[in-house]
Amino acid sequence: MRWLRNVAGTPEGAIGLGILLLLGLIALFAPILSPGDPLRIAGQPLLAPFTDPSFPLGTDRLGRDVLAGILHGTRTSLAVGIAAALAAIAIGLCIGLTAGLAGGLVDEALMRVVDAFQIVPSFLLALAFVSVIGASVPVVVVAIALGAWADPARLTRAQVLSIRERDYVASARVIGMHPAEIAFRQILPNALPPVLALSAIIVAAAILTEAALSFLGLGDPNVVTWGSMIAEGRNILRSSPSLSIFPGIALVITVIGVYLFSEGLNKVLAGRRGRV
Amino acid sequence: MTLLEIERLSKRFSSGSRDVAALNDVSLSLAPAETLGLVGASGSGKSTLARILMRLIPADGGAIRFEGEDWLSLSGADLRRRRARIQMVFQDVLGAFNPRATVGSVLDDPLRIHNIVPKADRRREIAALLDRVGLPADYADRSIRDVSGGQRQRIAIARAIATQPSLIVLDEAVSALDVSIRGKILELLVELQRERGIAYLFVSHDLSVLRAVSHRIAVMDAGRLVETGAAGRVIENPHSAAAHALIAAVPRLVTGIPQGPSHDL
Repeated sequence: MRWLRNVAGTPEGAIGLGILLLLGLIALFAPILSPGDPLRIAGQPLLAPFTDPSFPLGTDRLGRDVLAGILHGTRTSLAVGIAAALAAIAIGLCIGLTAGLAGGLVDEALMRVVDAFQIVPSFLLALAFVSVIGASVPVVVVAIALGAWADPARLTRAQVLSIRERDYVASARVIGMHPAEIAFRQILPNALPPVLALSAIIVAAAILTEAALSFLGLGDPNVVTWGSMIAEGRNILRSSPSLSIFPGIALVITVIGVYLFSEGLNKVLAGRRGRV
Repeated sequence: MTLLEIERLSKRFSSGSRDVAALNDVSLSLAPAETLGLVGASGSGKSTLARILMRLIPADGGAIRFEGEDWLSLSGADLRRRRARIQMVFQDVLGAFNPRATVGSVLDDPLRIHNIVPKADRRREIAALLDRVGLPADYADRSIRDVSGGQRQRIAIARAIATQPSLIVLDEAVSALDVSIRGKILELLVELQRERGIAYLFVSHDLSVLRAVSHRIAVMDAGRLVETGAAGRVIENPHSAAAHALIAAVPRLVTGIPQGPSHDL
């Protein structure tokens, strides 16, 4: 966990980490902060924000608590963002490692598949995937991961190609180490840092994609998400703009937090590369 | 009796339209507990020879017999098991170690892979190896990044002797080291050879280093072996032009009063 302390040592990293910790706590304690189903009708419809102390951010057209929606929406946004990024990184690492180590025809074939996925706009891919299979949280996660794994795959492959020529890999072969152990103990850990730095950006993109899918009505209808709240408020944007603005602000803060964190992470990694 | 017999080894590298013969019909042999110095200018193919011998790159043609076995035909688990008998020390004291490794884990790997000592005794064996190369046993817990270049090369030597090999390939093993440390490392290598009967294939471009440790010297030039002979003979009385050039390149101290009419002052 030393790297986490180092990240917190940079100004960007400290702010980003602070925002992410706060969001994490909110996501974790959402049922305590605002008990009950956030989608239930809780009070009078269209209460303006800051007028009723029991609904600090007001209510929407159906009388649902906006604050409760935002608090519970944190869960969906973070869960989908992180799960999609993890899936994308995992697929990307496997494909990149295989391509970089196998070389030759396997490498060629895998990289053409990567090309194919990079050519298709990832949002369109997610849109098509969700509208064919149906909207639920796992499907949304897979849909976003499908559009995001190509970048980490490319980066991992480039790292592996460079690392496998190093003398320490040669010396691992010389002492008779098994190729699988060389791949997972010698090459993979050293190929990982830049891919992890990329993962923060994938998390941010995944959160935005999830919001966009929900906005278009392709999110999971059974959970509250910021995207669906913004879409819900869009119909009465002129009379009650706050219904769209508050979840929008939550989205912006989250994405900025993730970006700042990744910026700090990049600084720390660059510093470490500089030292060696 | 010979330990290693290299016969008509050849290797070509082609990049684009350029086709370079890195090794051209190279044959040489090595007896147990003997040091063969392999010298040549940059690009003469001596490192290629070392890497083929270590089975890091494939050869195009020729044969290698090592301890009576056809070394180039081994593969897979057989090759990995037999690799214990030939070890290598690399030039780059930093690049030869995984940057995340500790000194202890570097030495633990060969002991574990070849099951040299029972698991319970490995820690003691690591301490013994460190002690043999002149490092304190508590270095085992240090990160490889926290030890100096000379100490790293001692660790590399400890790693090489861990599997009890009969041959160690030293690829420019002291070239990156400080001159003051170089002598100590060479002394350690000679001691280990006397003690354990290890043969060395010492690859270097530096004749002054090879003269200090080699029994025989082989000179390479543009992928060919141009001269082989006893170390003293090759240095005192070189036959080939490549050997002449390498000997002329060894720096000498200029002492005494310069002679000749070229000095007007």
